Amino acid sequence: MSEFARDQEVLRLAGLGKAYNPGTPLEQQVLHDIELRLSRGELTALIGPSGSGKSTLLNVIGLLDSPTAGELYLLGQPTRDLDDGARTRLRNESIGFVFQFHHLIPAFSVLDNVLMPLMIRHGKPRAEDVALARELLEAVGLAEFAQKKANQISGGQQQRVAIARALVTRPALLLADEPTGNLDTKTAETVFELFRRFNREFGCAVLVVTHDPRLAASCARTVQLVDGRIVSDRTSA
Amino acid sequence: MRLIDAQWIEWKIALRFLADNRLQSLLIIVGIAVGAAVIVFITALVTGLQANVIQRTLGTQAHIRVLPPDEVNRVPAPADGAVALNLENPRAQRLRTIVNWQDVRDLLDARGELRAVSPLISGPAIARRGVARASVNLLGIDPERYQRIIPIAPDLIAGRFHIEAGHAVIGKELAEDLGLGVGDKLRLDAGGGREVVVDVSGIFELEVRELDARYVYLDLKQAQALLDLPGGVTVIETAVDEIFQAEAIAERLARLTGLKAESWMATNGQLLNALRSQTMTTQMIRLFVGLSVAFGIASVLAVSVVQRTREIGILRAMGSPRGQILRVFLLQGGLLGLAGSGLGGLVGWSLVQVFNTFGPGLFFIPVDPALIPTAMAVATVTGVLAAAMPARRAARYDPAVAIRYV
Ligand SMILES: Nc1ncnc2c1ncn2[C@@H]1O[C@H](COP(=O)(O)OP(=O)(O)OP(=O)(O)O)[C@@H](O)[C@H]1O
Ligand SMILES: [Mg+2]
Repeated sequence: MSEFARDQEVLRLAGLGKAYNPGTPLEQQVLHDIELRLSRGELTALIGPSGSGKSTLLNVIGLLDSPTAGELYLLGQPTRDLDDGARTRLRNESIGFVFQFHHLIPAFSVLDNVLMPLMIRHGKPRAEDVALARELLEAVGLAEFAQKKANQISGGQQQRVAIARALVTRPALLLADEPTGNLDTKTAETVFELFRRFNREFGCAVLVVTHDPRLAASCARTVQLVDGRIVSDRTSA
Repeated sequence: MRLIDAQWIEWKIALRFLADNRLQSLLIIVGIAVGAAVIVFITALVTGLQANVIQRTLGTQAHIRVLPPDEVNRVPAPADGAVALNLENPRAQRLRTIVNWQDVRDLLDARGELRAVSPLISGPAIARRGVARASVNLLGIDPERYQRIIPIAPDLIAGRFHIEAGHAVIGKELAEDLGLGVGDKLRLDAGGGREVVVDVSGIFELEVRELDARYVYLDLKQAQALLDLPGGVTVIETAVDEIFQAEAIAERLARLTGLKAESWMATNGQLLNALRSQTMTTQMIRLFVGLSVAFGIASVLAVSVVQRTREIGILRAMGSPRGQILRVFLLQGGLLGLAGSGLGGLVGWSLVQVFNTFGPGLFFIPVDPALIPTAMAVATVTGVLAAAMPARRAARYDPAVAIRYV
């Protein structure tokens, strides 16, 4: 990870817009003309009222959804003209996701869930893959749960497993959509601490959507979205 | 195993999904097994039955009979410009020999497609013992050649299959009608004052009433003398290896020899028709059972795809390509087909064994060793095909939508 300069650009949005159901009577413009740049090592909170388009923005950034205007550069590469296969590969290699509702795959063990992005990429996990996964589970404090089924652990534990999974590919960009949304304050703080720590240790850019002003305040940078427009972008010294 | 290595994660996910939906998987496997068992059992039963019927039919019949051509009236061609109206009576077909039958026999002997060739003379006579009379069919044979076409010796119930001048082998019905036993004398009268008295050397039972009541086997020379055709034969019987080629071979032989050649297929048209429609019925049953199995697999997977919408979304979000999702569900279809048909094949095979051991015992059903592997291969392919629609649907899910799905 050290080969990346601290201020290296991970993500840049240029005039990005998103409309749902474009060209139909149900058309709804959700994001307007978004300009945003995220660098390596930045920990950014994305805040805004409900319905302001935070999840939509995160899905577009995560290449799960396509913008209807503007361009999205991931690691300097324009993404608008990529086909589904290339976008899928980029997702696997460069982006880690943490969703609000943990979203582990219940049929698999905790360890397999963490390994899943690597197994998707190259099949049977190698020894170093397993070592890294165990290391990450250790880091989120769940080493002894490795062989448990994913649905046999608590919500907070599942969310920590999801973070380990998001990091197992050493992504350049970690996206989290209200990862602490349905966790109690204390657990939420623990989970958030993990973001801060991996941001520091791995140097990946982290973009976290949160409703919690206290957690948002603990991030170096805060971007506020209202009605699909960025209304403020503050970096605390 | 290289296939498994290359698609390792597809196998892992497919197997895990199937194991995770244990009840669903189990129910559909049982469903497939029932279908496969029915197909295996019915196929074995019908194949066995047909083989048995054909074997019984051909056990007392030559595959191809080569005969002299029918005698026809020779009508003189009318003079130019004239119209001739002829009233024709078909000619009575007298007993005739095959011209140069030794040459024909040698010609047939040399043909690889014929397993056996047996010239014989056959004609009517009256059998008498004391005051009892019966009309019979004399068959003058070369016993060694004839036995290769219709083995009589195993069906003897008394005496020996001993054919030479002064001896005859007769059927059980005739023996009973005339009160004959082995060693008794029998008078044969072929008309025109030609008569002989022979010893009964053996009695056979072919379980075909007509034959058991009428066939009298004699030495070729003696029969020729009795039927007033010295040195002649009236028919050359042959057997082939490929019994269903008999008609085609008969046509070739007719062209080759200029004689009439009748195959068993031509003389048993009814039977063949019955067998054909039976085969068609079996095929229909197989087709429809196969279809219902396919729809069963498709519907179970369609439900599973909906149930797993969110997991598919997660996999896609983590960078699983569409093709991977597609293969996960195709594999599940194939695995269900394989497991179900394996179980069903076993059940079907057991049913056949039960039938063979405890059934009516009319005939034995052999199980073709290729039957169950074939059924499993077909079921696996069917499973993959049945999975195609749900799998494509899964692969097309929009990950952004699928993840929100609850
Ligand atoms: N799939 C969709 N189709 C149509 N409209 C949608 C879709 N998803 C979101 N929207 C609309 O887009 C707007 C933004 O939704 P979004 O989920 O991005 O908001 P949000 O900021 O994440 O809200 P919250 O804080 O409640 O999660 C909303 O008005 C919503 O109704
Ligand atoms: Mg949201």
